[in-house]
Amino acid sequence: MRQKGEAMREKVIKHKRKQSFEDYMMDVITCIVYLFFTFICVYPFYYIFINTISSNDLSERGKILFWPIGIHFNNYVSVLKIQGLFSALKISVTRTVVGTILTVFIAAFLGYMFTKESMWKRKFWYRFVVATMYFNAGIIPWYITMRNLHLTNNFWGYILPVAVSPFYIVLCKTFVESIPGELQDAAEIDGAGTLKIFFQIITPLIKPILATVAIFTAVAQWNAFQDTLLLVTDKRLYTLQFTLYQYINQASSLKSLANSSAASSQMAASLAHAQTATSIRMTVTIVVVAPIILIYPIFQRFFVKGIMIGAVKG
Amino acid sequence: MKLFTDRKKARAFREFMYVLPFLILVAVFSYYPLYGWVYAFFDYKPPFPLSKDQFVGFKWFLSLFTNDVKLKQLLAVLRNTFAISGLSLLFSWFPMVFAVFLNEIKWKPFKVFVQTATTLPNFISWVLVYSIAYCVFSSTGVVNSLLMNLGILKTPLLYLQSADHIWFKMWLWLTWKNAGWAAIMYIAAISGIDEQLKEAARVDGASRMQVIRHITIPGLIPTFFVLVMLNLANFLTNGMEQYFVFQNAFNKDYIQVLDLYVYNIAMGSGGYSLSTAISMFKSIVSVLLLCATNQISKMVRGEGFV
Repeated sequence: MRQKGEAMREKVIKHKRKQSFEDYMMDVITCIVYLFFTFICVYPFYYIFINTISSNDLSERGKILFWPIGIHFNNYVSVLKIQGLFSALKISVTRTVVGTILTVFIAAFLGYMFTKESMWKRKFWYRFVVATMYFNAGIIPWYITMRNLHLTNNFWGYILPVAVSPFYIVLCKTFVESIPGELQDAAEIDGAGTLKIFFQIITPLIKPILATVAIFTAVAQWNAFQDTLLLVTDKRLYTLQFTLYQYINQASSLKSLANSSAASSQMAASLAHAQTATSIRMTVTIVVVAPIILIYPIFQRFFVKGIMIGAVKG
Repeated sequence: MKLFTDRKKARAFREFMYVLPFLILVAVFSYYPLYGWVYAFFDYKPPFPLSKDQFVGFKWFLSLFTNDVKLKQLLAVLRNTFAISGLSLLFSWFPMVFAVFLNEIKWKPFKVFVQTATTLPNFISWVLVYSIAYCVFSSTGVVNSLLMNLGILKTPLLYLQSADHIWFKMWLWLTWKNAGWAAIMYIAAISGIDEQLKEAARVDGASRMQVIRHITIPGLIPTFFVLVMLNLANFLTNGMEQYFVFQNAFNKDYIQVLDLYVYNIAMGSGGYSLSTAISMFKSIVSVLLLCATNQISKMVRGEGFV
């Protein structure tokens, strides 16, 4: 049987070989086109990176295109000395960590609780939460609400509005439903309460989906920009994204800011190492994008899994 | 028996109490802002509370159509929104084709590499996209440097400071950011297509292009259809972040989409009530669009997506 199958396959392959010039051309063209797509997605990051470690005077004149020249790392040292940047980094990291933990916990807990048919008016409350995916009051009513709650210029304004995320709750609920109910029944007979079952039985079992939710939330928190723009005027609460946006738009003042801090540490000695508006902008860009690029390859499989589950649901 | 029902009730109530704090969060951050729509019917001037503002009825809604300046602006904004959303709709086949031909690559490591690289931009913020655009397209950026080195350009072109082809450029950035990610969904769908079908076609002498045209693409049409419907439902919603970071004095008239306009008139010129009126209008139209597309989807494939 197997031999027959293999013979068949060989026949097919031979058949293919015959008409293979067309195939060959198609392979070549596909490869070239996809190399091009890959290039335009990767090169910008590479280009900015080699500029941040090259001589700043060359980089300012647009001479660094394919490889770094005059490698140095002063840009990274002096950029972290710019007032405000370090605090922005701290805010961004804190909101990412706190926001992710809270959102993941709520998604898991509500996802689990909404599977309990014994809950009072469960269906209604579940719809009450899920319906919020489909409408939006608009930014002004939202802004006024936030102001009334004293969440403007408040760190919790970054966390609380996005803490309950209906889409992730749906994902978790679907996952919990796939766990055999006998497991919970058995634990209940043994006298475990709702919370104990959640923490000791459910949570370990739904870890894969929690990882996916965590990655998505973390990326969203790290990338968030609009909430700072709308809610925050206090410089101490600026995030990295917002600071970067400001840096792009105020090039000249930036240069003096950086060089005044660099001069005090005697780093402006050579032209190659003196900060320029370009060097600062590029260095901050790399600082902001680095966490994403570093965790991305590790967690790509979670990303993919996430969208698959979303696709099945959606 | 009574004890039993009591216990059941107690349990139902206890379980409700566990979720109550989170329901309150939902009520406060998603439902309570809807109350803010009343600002559309007042002449709201912050920081005065609503009780001190004048009730103006439908003045703001009517002013959109009776005031010539506002009408002109609104029409321009709608034109931009329709143009940009229309372009995305027109090219919504791109991720599908991207996925189909990516799937034709036989060398797996290369395939994985391409997929990884093209998905990456999806995970960076619009601010970063803009920052990258600024670095690459500025007067000393790589594009201008290369074109000048090759003698194609004499003086640097300022791509970001012009309104030329701005809709198309916005589509290009959107595609740069999203296409690889959108393709993943199609790649999943392709792996769901019965391999035997393709094998049979090949045995019958179908070329690769024929297999793609008659088996792969038809297999992807249901996914494509759902995504087009979702696109249609979000026709008025472009999000403001992309257009906010890319806007400047040169391209403002052509880049202002509805979401950005709502922000600009509120935060830029203090028109809180007018802005609320527009976003209220937009929300209602969006919900209607969602219902309509969902209905179409129900008619065509027997199930909706809501």
